[in-house]
Amino acid sequence: MGLTDADQRRAQQIIDRYPYPKSAVLPLLHLAQDRDGWVSPEAMEQIAELLGLTPALVLGTCSFYTMFKREPAGALVVSVCTNLSCMVNGGFDLFDQLRSRYQESSDVSVEEVECIAHCDHAPAFQVNYDFHGPADAHGAADVIEQYLDGRLAARTISGTARQEVPR
Amino acid sequence: MTTNAVPMSQWPSEHRYTIPVAPGPETVTVTIDGRAAQIPRGELLIKAAQDHGTYIPRFCWHERLKPVGMCRMCLVEIEGMRGLQISCATPVADGMVVHTTSDAVTTAQDGILEFLLINHPLDCPVCDRGGECPLQDQTLAFGPGESRFVEEKRHFEKPVPISDLVMLDRERCIQCGRCTRFADEVAGDPLIDFGGRGGSTEVITYLDEPFHSSFSGNTVQICPVGALTARPYRFRARPWDLASTETSCGACAVACRGSLESTSNRLVRLLGVDSEPVNQGWLCDKGRYGLDWVHSDARLRQPMVRRAGELVESSWPDALDAAAAAIRNTLDTHGPNGIAVLGGSRGVNEDAYLWARLAKGVLGTDHVDAQLGDGLPADVVLGMPRATIPDLDRAKAIVLLAPDLKEELPVLYLRVRRAAHDLGVPLVDVAVRDHGLTPYATAVLRHAPGDPGAAAGVVADALVGRPGRTKVGKAIVDATDGRDGPVVVILGRTSVAEHPDAIVHAASRLTGLPQVRFLSALANPNVHGALDLGLTPGFLPGRVSLDAGRDHFTKAWGAVPDAVGRDAAGILRAAATGEIAALVLVGCDPLAECPDRNLARAALEQADTVIAVSAFMDTAAFGATVVLPPTVWGEQSATTTNLEGRVVRLGRRVTPDGSTLESWRIPAELAARLGSDFDLETVDEVQDEIARVAPAFAGVDASLLRRARDGVVLPLADHADEVTFGRAGAGPGPSWEPILPVPEVVGDDDRSPSTSASDSPSAAVPAPTPPVPLHRWDAPPDAPSVPPLDAYALRLVAGHALYGADAIVAATPALASLTHEPTLGLNARDRDRLGVHDGDRVRITTARGSVDLAVRTDAQTPPGTAWIVANAAGPGAPDLIDLTSPVTELRVETIS
Repeated sequence: MGLTDADQRRAQQIIDRYPYPKSAVLPLLHLAQDRDGWVSPEAMEQIAELLGLTPALVLGTCSFYTMFKREPAGALVVSVCTNLSCMVNGGFDLFDQLRSRYQESSDVSVEEVECIAHCDHAPAFQVNYDFHGPADAHGAADVIEQYLDGRLAARTISGTARQEVPR
Repeated sequence: MTTNAVPMSQWPSEHRYTIPVAPGPETVTVTIDGRAAQIPRGELLIKAAQDHGTYIPRFCWHERLKPVGMCRMCLVEIEGMRGLQISCATPVADGMVVHTTSDAVTTAQDGILEFLLINHPLDCPVCDRGGECPLQDQTLAFGPGESRFVEEKRHFEKPVPISDLVMLDRERCIQCGRCTRFADEVAGDPLIDFGGRGGSTEVITYLDEPFHSSFSGNTVQICPVGALTARPYRFRARPWDLASTETSCGACAVACRGSLESTSNRLVRLLGVDSEPVNQGWLCDKGRYGLDWVHSDARLRQPMVRRAGELVESSWPDALDAAAAAIRNTLDTHGPNGIAVLGGSRGVNEDAYLWARLAKGVLGTDHVDAQLGDGLPADVVLGMPRATIPDLDRAKAIVLLAPDLKEELPVLYLRVRRAAHDLGVPLVDVAVRDHGLTPYATAVLRHAPGDPGAAAGVVADALVGRPGRTKVGKAIVDATDGRDGPVVVILGRTSVAEHPDAIVHAASRLTGLPQVRFLSALANPNVHGALDLGLTPGFLPGRVSLDAGRDHFTKAWGAVPDAVGRDAAGILRAAATGEIAALVLVGCDPLAECPDRNLARAALEQADTVIAVSAFMDTAAFGATVVLPPTVWGEQSATTTNLEGRVVRLGRRVTPDGSTLESWRIPAELAARLGSDFDLETVDEVQDEIARVAPAFAGVDASLLRRARDGVVLPLADHADEVTFGRAGAGPGPSWEPILPVPEVVGDDDRSPSTSASDSPSAAVPAPTPPVPLHRWDAPPDAPSVPPLDAYALRLVAGHALYGADAIVAATPALASLTHEPTLGLNARDRDRLGVHDGDRVRITTARGSVDLAVRTDAQTPPGTAWIVANAAGPGAPDLIDLTSPVTELRVETIS
């Protein structure tokens, strides 16, 4: 749990990009989340130490963002939109059915989100922040299965490895 | 894990908050609600309006915190600017026309308050803040009559403890961020922060990690609602039942100003008063919550006399007669040199003076010492060029030759931190181990225990522009280059396990610096008053040596001792050999306070007579011949002297239970029984006598002390222009706003300034020249010889913890739980070398004695040294230290 030695070296490179280390809180939280699938207390403590912050400040930042999971989540996060356009197109049905289908799954976490700006494809959903839709529960499950068996390549749980983008 | 990250505490403050606050000397004209005012350029509008009599409502803004603009309550209309502006983040500009009560503003205020009240529970009848609550007050004054909100309010478990002293009620919180900003900006302990977002924002600590800050009580004081409450005060009083008196805190030598509040003759609360030169509104938790000891059941309420081997309660006349008889008896058998007076560093100026007068003027003994081997030579403290706390803010550099200020003098730590971190004053940290201020240091020099001289030499050279070959030398030169101002050296006992000669020698190497001034870091509440008033061998009251003041005091008192007496170590040794037969212990317990407990024990066991002036039945009083219980802090009006030499008033708030005597009357009564009537009836008369007799106190009489808002720094001749009368700015605000100090009202004193609350009139104070030249410290001692490091032994470092085994902590339930068992702090390397683990009990042996303690890995302690808290209860550092040896070497063996 937490950052490995390699991650710590990576973390140091990230920190070096900024004039003040505190600026690296978000990328390091992504790094930790990509490692464990969630941001563990161990990771927050490591990040605090790396940045010279108190863990309270790291938790304060981390808890501001719902895309940081502070409980273990599946490797695939399925975000189903239930905002206006998706709602009238069956977003709640989609959400309920996917949730019950993957209730027992340790690989897939289904969550409800507000508008993800994919209204023209309502009811829309994301798998690790890649857009899909419109779909009913069968169609959505089919997409998720493709990710699970590798036919579709998923991004990381943090949406992507954006920190790898060159400066 | 290694990291080269700069700790956040060291980031330049401009990278942490972006709103500039830097009022300059130049003024601009601003019209506020139709009245034009001249205001320093750069001043924030909300402060400018307040200073000119217009109160703009606010929740998040606090004068001593950086503006953040979170609550939006301080919206005002500024002509020419689009929309409403928050006055807490708007600096004034020339020609600005501001309306604070226009329709647009009141509508906005209505809206903000309605919004804030959406989630705020209406549990005011059971809320500690009820009755002094800004949200209540401002809703009444500025808010809408009713709310349109009919939905469910948000709910949390309430209240939750976030530390041993503070409870958090998240439902009441209005997210102003005063507490989180205080913890980060002022205390440097950002252990609380906002978590969550939007409607679920809440103040959090990290998981189960408590808000362990020595300053947590300040967040309760400045919370504008009842979200943070103090566990020692919860439900103990309603604000409208409180009576308050301004006083100074009695927990350490900073003497922070506070407002002491009581109900039903019980002290329940101490609030920080914003004394600009001293505490700027803040208090440490020990001072703030160290109140219950005054009412402790363990307090002695009757004098006690030993009859047939048993201490029995007695009347005051009988007890004083018994004490006087014992003293007279000793005088007859041993002469004046058979009597010694120890202690007085926890009392007040008046009793210190009268004990000195009794000992030196009546009994004729110079064996008098307020410090018990835990301080610095009086020669140095009384004679060094003294700095004041405000000097820190304008210093060229601050040099630390002191113990951990965060533990020993917490509010001085806040002031040094502010100077170094917020005002950019270079801080040079010379110490054995890391401590609370190390993260803010510009240059860090580490030395072996007992050997700070070389490090001090590097600092001395660097501060005159000679960096030498060291990196720290260059760092100091770079940081101080082009800076003006005094060099302030904070001088204290870095460790009581080494002889003070070492630190005195280090200090002597800095005395040659231009504009060098010293700020004493001795911690006992009135140790400076006691030294100033002659409770130390070789000196008479008022910072004059025995020889220099002989004529003056012979005239004033009739007699003074012939020769310089022994210091505490000498007194205890002489008592142990029977040379000194009678010990008078003035509010001190040598067994707890003297770093060499074996010596203290031998002395107390051997002494024929022990007269203990003690509020508690401590170990010294337990074996005493006579025990005289004095009134204590909060029960008597008096004065105290802080570490700057600032004399400040102590207020009386409650009447003592039982039969105790005002502490200054005890020496006076004894003197009368020994044939010298001091003829003093009131505490004012004592203060006037001090002003008349003690050279350093010349001019500092009762009348001046009553009128001086922030006290008087000694000697008055050098600090007359710093004395302020009257009151700055508007009247005293509610408890959550900075409370300003108020001089006592003086009725018919013709020297009192006009009563108008104008801008701190700094009237000319008559400052008589001291009748005797004050002592100067000008003989740098030779370097003491330090034994070479012994590779097989560890060198002991012993310092005081904030929550130690003193009476304030031990007899205050809220604080007693914060003390720690003493442990042996070891560097991980030494721990591994010794083959021990955390929690293992080991036997520690020195030339003096041995104790068993548990091992604790301590990263602050460098290899080759060992750290033990000196003031913990039970066996510990005092059993290991020899007052006469330069350092304390110890060996560690495992015990099965």
